[in-house]
Amino acid sequence: MLQEIFAFLYQFGDAFAFLVLSAAGLAIIFGMMGIINLAHGEFIMCGAYVTVTTARLGLPLPLAILCGALAAGLAGILVERLIIHRLYHRPLDSIVATWGISLIVTQTVLILLGSTMPGIGTPLGSFSIGAFSYSEYRLVLMAVAVLLLIALYLLFNTTRFGLLSRATIQKPQMAQALGVKTSRVYSLTFGLGAALAGLAGGLYAPTMTLVPTMGVTFIVESFVTVVVGGADVFLGTAPAAAVLALIKAVMTGWQGQLFGQIGLLVTVIVVIRILPRGISGWFLKERT
Amino acid sequence: MMRDPVSEPPTGPLARPLGESEPFLQVEALRGGYGGKPVLQDVGFSVGRGEIVAIIGRNGVGKSTLMRTLIGLMPADGGAIRLEGREIGALPADRRARLGFGYIPQGRDVFPRMSVRENLRVGETLCARGTGPDYDTVYDFFPILRERSQQRAGTLSGGQQQQLAIGRVMVGRPTLMLLDEPSEGIQPSIVRDIGRAIKRLNASQGLTVLFVEQNLDMIQSMAQRGYVMDKGRIVAELNVEELHDRERVRRYLSV
Repeated sequence: MLQEIFAFLYQFGDAFAFLVLSAAGLAIIFGMMGIINLAHGEFIMCGAYVTVTTARLGLPLPLAILCGALAAGLAGILVERLIIHRLYHRPLDSIVATWGISLIVTQTVLILLGSTMPGIGTPLGSFSIGAFSYSEYRLVLMAVAVLLLIALYLLFNTTRFGLLSRATIQKPQMAQALGVKTSRVYSLTFGLGAALAGLAGGLYAPTMTLVPTMGVTFIVESFVTVVVGGADVFLGTAPAAAVLALIKAVMTGWQGQLFGQIGLLVTVIVVIRILPRGISGWFLKERT
Repeated sequence: MMRDPVSEPPTGPLARPLGESEPFLQVEALRGGYGGKPVLQDVGFSVGRGEIVAIIGRNGVGKSTLMRTLIGLMPADGGAIRLEGREIGALPADRRARLGFGYIPQGRDVFPRMSVRENLRVGETLCARGTGPDYDTVYDFFPILRERSQQRAGTLSGGQQQQLAIGRVMVGRPTLMLLDEPSEGIQPSIVRDIGRAIKRLNASQGLTVLFVEQNLDMIQSMAQRGYVMDKGRIVAELNVEELHDRERVRRYLSV
């Protein structure tokens, strides 16, 4: 019995970590700026490629992952300054633009680096409980997901950047009229979102095959989480990831991976029907 | 229009009649409005350092547009805005704020999902001129903001939100306060508190105030001088005696 409970919790934790890590960057960019970033998967890919490259050059894996996140973050700031920056009042155009960036980046990487890149093995070992064997690295990922949520909470609620970015998201013009350099807030926020995507890519790089289209692996889960969660990372993304992870773990345990995936998509459809603005939209409406 | 210095009201020591020195804020032939449709046709006026000046006029003559253009949230299509002789019409709103413009919009625009204290902390951004934030004056004038410091701003009453919007600017020690209809939708006792606070700031710190208003009591209790706006132009200037001619002011405010 205990073995089954652990297996279920492990499944849940694994799904939760994947959803939180892959969605955090997308949720921040959508929630803070209203931009639907279709190049999210490419920032993840950027993080994964840079992580693997620097790790193969001899950097310890944690540092390599930070390099991946940093590289994706800088790329994000660059993209924001050059392109997104001009499209704040044209949300539909920003979708097309980020989709275009996604296509260009994927194809460029394919041409320059080929269809696949040699990876690095999953670090740490495995352990067995009963008949099942579990990866220790996956436990690390669960811990990182929880720590990431805590770190983001502290960033947005205790720092000056967090204060000004929350002011900017609530009343952009008023914030600017009070002296806040809102364009800088937007650049940094987009960069943060991209860096979090890169972090997800770096963290999962050791567990995956590196191909230019690897972002697709994350994109369904991340969009599902953001749609269910709505615009707020803490009131939305975290509970959405918990709910979805629960459904996925139950469905997977019952009928296997495919049904886990089906369970996710059915949940999205139901949630959109009942809560068009996601979990956090409902929370915020209740509170104000 | 000539002004009689004897009619100067008993206000702060820094209030002085127009024309004594270069105006603090000078607006010339200003044009602007929402996307192609000009709301401001040709606005010209000036405000001296330490003055409290009212812009009065009926609904829809462009008063709020003027305020939004002065702070820089709307672009000017022509004309000039000078602060102590320096042309600032091309600067973005955040730069103007850091030059000392304190803007309090119509409808207050507090950050609703942030606490009162957090709202005030955003206002610290204003004072990027080698000075620290000034919470003492804010709490002295509006003690409610200290009592409610942890409350979410969106749950405050209209009058409390107005006090917060003014306090949020005062924290950053502005030199020019731009107030857009401070009395709108607020109970009379709080309107009087706000009027008193602004007059005290003007007297003690030499704060220059430009405000848009339709409330006769507020105009008469605060303004040392006024301009009448109609159809996107300044059509008349009123001295303090003319501002206290209720019939005359009513005529400018009524349809």
